[in-house]
Amino acid sequence: MSIRFSCLRLCLAACALLTVAACASHPQWQLDDMQGHLPDLKFQMTNDLGQPVTAASYRGKVVLLYFGYTHCPDVCPLTLVHLHTVLQKLGRDADDVRVLFVTVDPARDSVPVLHQYVTAFDPRIAGLTGTQNAIAQLAKRYRAFYKPEAATASSSGNYEVTHSSAIYVFDREGHARLLATPGSSNDEILHDLKILVEQGS
Amino acid sequence: MKFPALIGAAMLAFCARAFAAAPASPSVRVEHAWIRWLPAKLPAAGYAVIRNEGDDTLRLTGASSPDYGMVMLHHSRLAQGDSTMEMVDHLDIPAHGSVKLAPGGYHLMLSQPTHTIKPGDHVKMTLEFAGGTRLQADFPVLPANASGPAD
Repeated sequence: MSIRFSCLRLCLAACALLTVAACASHPQWQLDDMQGHLPDLKFQMTNDLGQPVTAASYRGKVVLLYFGYTHCPDVCPLTLVHLHTVLQKLGRDADDVRVLFVTVDPARDSVPVLHQYVTAFDPRIAGLTGTQNAIAQLAKRYRAFYKPEAATASSSGNYEVTHSSAIYVFDREGHARLLATPGSSNDEILHDLKILVEQGS
Repeated sequence: MKFPALIGAAMLAFCARAFAAAPASPSVRVEHAWIRWLPAKLPAAGYAVIRNEGDDTLRLTGASSPDYGMVMLHHSRLAQGDSTMEMVDHLDIPAHGSVKLAPGGYHLMLSQPTHTIKPGDHVKMTLEFAGGTRLQADFPVLPANASGPAD
């Protein structure tokens, strides 16, 4: 009886190991797999506390990169609320995840405004700004697009910025791994983030 | 004593009549209204479901609020991975139907706040429809990371 029981336990353990191995080699991603299609995370910018940061500052964390601007009252908040919800559902694992909100409107997005904006959504969201050139380079690196629209007379000098809505996901080593969109569900993002957090933890 | 009270009652009745006679349509209702608060006097967005219980299409042409210098009807669009926001001059609400002003679609863009607005506040909004119909609605202000009034 006890031998049979041990056998069963051994089999179960072996099965579990095999499942883990299979998962590790071929994760069933729910977001778009971008491995090998986009370059590693690389930038030199200023965070929303006014400190200089590079990709190395976030090494060891799973990073979600999103381009937006603070005078964006609808779509940017919608995306940041999605990510805030996902971080909440991740629980303690969220400590290993950072959301980087890169402004495409550095003229209006001062460091203090950027700080107030991102922290209103979640303390684990960092705002990044930089020179027009640094932002343009980072956007180009990930084929992200942005274009300030001309201000109209009726908008009293206010202008909108058309921008890519994708969320780029990097692993702890800074390798580009996945691509999410505002259409991706919280559960899809959560599912894939859990796998990335487990990898290399 | 009785006389002024009578006058008061008459005045009240008159006011009530005057209010009822104002161009407010009983056939349009606003539900689930809310505003996503943003810091630093940044433009915010207002959302609601507008229900038309009348037999004719209603055309929303604008909105105003004493709490914001400017209120505009906007539409966010996601086209080929790009997100863009544009001004719209009207929005039709079909007879016995409704339209949703919701995140990622139609919304009221609220800018130039006339005073400090914070979560927990209530903003008075007047929706304006073609033909002069006006509807006043209360929009509660929710935190930036709220998902809607059900929170």
